[in-house]
Amino acid sequence: MKLMTCPINGTRPISEFAYWGEIRPVPDADTCSDAQWADYVFNRNGAPGVKKEWWCHTPSNTWFIAERDTEKDKVLRTWLHGDDK
Amino acid sequence: MTRIPVMPDEWVDRCRVVRFRFEGHAFEGLAGDSIASALWAAGQRTQGRSFKYHRVRGILSAANHDVNVMLQDGPRLNTRGDVVALREGMDLTAVNTFGGLAQDRARVLGLFARFLPVGFYYKAFHSKRLFPKWERLFRRITGLGVLDFDTPHIRTPKCYDFCDVLVIGAGPSGLAAALSAAGAGASVVVVDENARAGGSGLFQLGGDEARRLQTRTLLDKVRTHPRIRLLEATCAAACYADHWLPLIDAERMTKMRAQAVVVAGGAFEQPAVFRNNDLPGVMLGSAMQRLIYRYAVRPANRAVVLTANADGYRVALDLIAAGAVVAAVVDMRAVVPSSAQLDELSRKGVELLAGHAVYEAHAGLDGELAGATLCRIDAAGAVVPGSLRRVDCDGLAMSTGWAPSANLLYQAGTKMRFDDLLQQFVPSRLPEGVFACGRVNGVYQLDARMADGRRAGAAAAAHAGCGTAVDITVDAESESPSLAWPVVAHPDGKNFVDFDEDLQVKDFENAVQEGYDNIELLKRFSTVGMGPSQGKHSNMTALRILARLTGKSPQQVGTTTARPFFHPVPLSHLAGRGFSPQRHSPLHGRHAALGAVFMQAGAWERPEYYAVAGRSRIDCIRAEAGRVRSAVGLIDVGTLGKLEVRGPQAAEFLNRVYAGRYDTMPVGATRYALMCDESGVMVDEGVVARVADDVFYFTTTTSGAATVYRELSRLNVEWKLDCGLVNLTGAYAAMNLAGPASRAVLAQLTDQDLSSQAFPYLGVRTGTVAGIAARLMRVGFVGEWGYEIHVPAEYAPTLWDALMTAGEASGIAPFGVEAQRLLRLEKGHLIVSQDTDGLSNPFEVGMDWAVRLDKPFFTGKRSLQIIRKMPLKRRLVGFHLPENHTGQVPLECHLIIADGDIAGRVTSIAWSPNVGRHIGLAFVLPSMAEPGTQISIRVTDGAMVQAEVCTTPFFDPDDLRQKESS
Repeated sequence: MKLMTCPINGTRPISEFAYWGEIRPVPDADTCSDAQWADYVFNRNGAPGVKKEWWCHTPSNTWFIAERDTEKDKVLRTWLHGDDK
Repeated sequence: MTRIPVMPDEWVDRCRVVRFRFEGHAFEGLAGDSIASALWAAGQRTQGRSFKYHRVRGILSAANHDVNVMLQDGPRLNTRGDVVALREGMDLTAVNTFGGLAQDRARVLGLFARFLPVGFYYKAFHSKRLFPKWERLFRRITGLGVLDFDTPHIRTPKCYDFCDVLVIGAGPSGLAAALSAAGAGASVVVVDENARAGGSGLFQLGGDEARRLQTRTLLDKVRTHPRIRLLEATCAAACYADHWLPLIDAERMTKMRAQAVVVAGGAFEQPAVFRNNDLPGVMLGSAMQRLIYRYAVRPANRAVVLTANADGYRVALDLIAAGAVVAAVVDMRAVVPSSAQLDELSRKGVELLAGHAVYEAHAGLDGELAGATLCRIDAAGAVVPGSLRRVDCDGLAMSTGWAPSANLLYQAGTKMRFDDLLQQFVPSRLPEGVFACGRVNGVYQLDARMADGRRAGAAAAAHAGCGTAVDITVDAESESPSLAWPVVAHPDGKNFVDFDEDLQVKDFENAVQEGYDNIELLKRFSTVGMGPSQGKHSNMTALRILARLTGKSPQQVGTTTARPFFHPVPLSHLAGRGFSPQRHSPLHGRHAALGAVFMQAGAWERPEYYAVAGRSRIDCIRAEAGRVRSAVGLIDVGTLGKLEVRGPQAAEFLNRVYAGRYDTMPVGATRYALMCDESGVMVDEGVVARVADDVFYFTTTTSGAATVYRELSRLNVEWKLDCGLVNLTGAYAAMNLAGPASRAVLAQLTDQDLSSQAFPYLGVRTGTVAGIAARLMRVGFVGEWGYEIHVPAEYAPTLWDALMTAGEASGIAPFGVEAQRLLRLEKGHLIVSQDTDGLSNPFEVGMDWAVRLDKPFFTGKRSLQIIRKMPLKRRLVGFHLPENHTGQVPLECHLIIADGDIAGRVTSIAWSPNVGRHIGLAFVLPSMAEPGTQISIRVTDGAMVQAEVCTTPFFDPDDLRQKESS
């Protein structure tokens, strides 16, 4: 079983974590076309690579962001939302 | 074939005789014996029958690398005789025989071998028509053991463990690695699948006591080292991500998390391939050495040693040390490197033949080995005509090559390369934190293995943060431990490559001829390596044969994928107690006492209905519902998700997550809440109550509670609004008091003004009920005057009792989930996920009123704006069956058919005592949504039932029962 590091609780087995999805730019709802919005809602890029994703450490309900290389199957780093800015 | 004098590291205890039965005959062995060693010591060389041709088989590896000796031990199936320890009173039978081992009637299958060609299963199963026939036949003739359905249930708790460095294999290299890692300060665990540690260091001796003592010294140091734990009879069965390994022992699975892993698993000795190489008496050289040094059993009285490496010469010397006569050492190499062992054998007068091979082995009358025909071979491995010569022997040792025990390395993601000098795959790129040493790393000399172990141990410790890696030079091998072509052709075949599956050389030739010339295809077509030993003794030879037949190098041919597990793991070790939580409401005891029949609702157990003796389930449900309509009922609704959001921006938060509007809602009011996802699909619903200006208390569905709370938490992190979210689902209990008498019942327990003016429909009030601080909401889900009362969970039983007592005079009765479903259906209220699915939007279910597209933002808004512009694809409507309907009644999910096409489906249906007919909700095409439209529902047997679309609510359409009578 893989390990993941929660920014609050440290390194824990992956079974304690829930995956939400990739963080993707949201088109401006007021200006985008219906087609652009539908593309955002329904299409995902499955190509392997480095992705930023929402993850949750479920026992503590801690949401954070993980940067993951889905090609090498490696978690590169994790941080709390806002800490990288 | 008898016990020899005491060996220094023997496993057997000569003071303890173990009695057991095999194939109905009484036998004796010693404590510490394996089943196979005890039988061999007693002269019982035929110990099993082969899988396909039912040929007699004896010991091959004595190391769990083959399944020649597969036994049924009471309820235990497929016991591997060559490694399983003997127990007093065992009653063993060979699996896969018809009428016993000696007289197996299926042995005639060998005569029909040419009608059972390679790919037979593949071809036989190809025809759909014949499949059932073949399947029945195969299941009968190839079964392995008989299942006892009364086998007791065994509980096998799991264990969790941690270490810096996990060393797999306690042979010379593994022991050296462990000491080296522990010396650097690492905490070390060493596992070995054998009953005792030491590995080949304690049995591949060549009669040389010094070799044994070297290993013994290492082992003693490991045993006494404070930072090393040695786990014997424990198999590392797999290697998962981030160094997570299941360690399997007789009792349980231990899930080991290591910082670094050293694989020192050694190598599997590989059989040479010649005619009748499977006769009892023909075995691997290392098997003979195991018999001698572990069990003090002389494997043969007069043996021929077939070899192509230095190991075979040590086998010959070990046989002599055990009192056997070595008739000849037959070396398949044309030139034999000089060695001390060679000189010693020569001094002892053993006949040494270079450039020779075993042409075939011969069976005596008992079917066991009685002799061998030797032959000369040329440089290409071809038999030299006219060179055949027969030798009598009752033992034939095969020591012509090895295959690395690299299964775990492959699983970990190691890249391997074929080394031509060693004739072996060795690691070329190891994954981070994984190390290899010893024979699996292509190192065979004893001193070099220990040096390699020290190197790997230090590197692993350094990876785990202890010490630094050291540069240790490991001497290169001077001669190859494996022969490139250990195969001798024979026109009559029966030269076995895979002993599990009875595959001969010609099977591979035929498979390649049929076009299965890729290793993965060859495996699937021929089933090589697919037997219980998973190719441990056959994959390498198969690969060599394929390489030769296709003119490729072994590197080009490549290996098949190694998957968990390394050895079979009992299902009982894997099965365990489930860790899925099951939640009980604080009122569970009350429900049980009232005869509740429970059903699963999300993680909760909820009363489906309360059973009454002598009354059917449906009658109970209807009676409960009737009581709510006529008097008053009480239902536990505490399983709803109960959340609270507090803070200056709490209203803004709810505005964003729900489709409705909450900032304009006054304190003391509640409002229906509909949650959509980004695509506009309805995902949850509940009620939002404004308890104070900046405090909202709201509910979610029972099954959605955890997901909704988690997602709202995420949104709160993302949006950074000035509010906080609390999950009160477990902290609060809730019950719904509903019915015409509900107000009268509640009035006895609270000071709250319950008049419509003071506490209107959809109001929320904070007060006390039966002295308990409570939040009260006026709700109408079941279509009656009613109150949802929320109190801290620990007061729930007190409140329940108080309400039941207060309601006694009014005829109060509890009602369950089924009655509630019927009552809400009568009101036409949908249940999200029962009457909606993963594609339902609010417009098609008639919930436009719950969606405020004039808000600046809420999740799903943009998508709903798009959906709004498009014509509806379906509508959720009410329908009823004719009042006098008889015959079949549709069920949920039955389809509505129009013009032969699917036009919708039933989402809810029940017989309503109050309406006097069957009522339901269904998705239909928009064109069919008009009340009065006739629809056809196809029921289970294909018959059509007619129904009519109608308006909802079905009952009390003007909600008069929820209003103050004027």
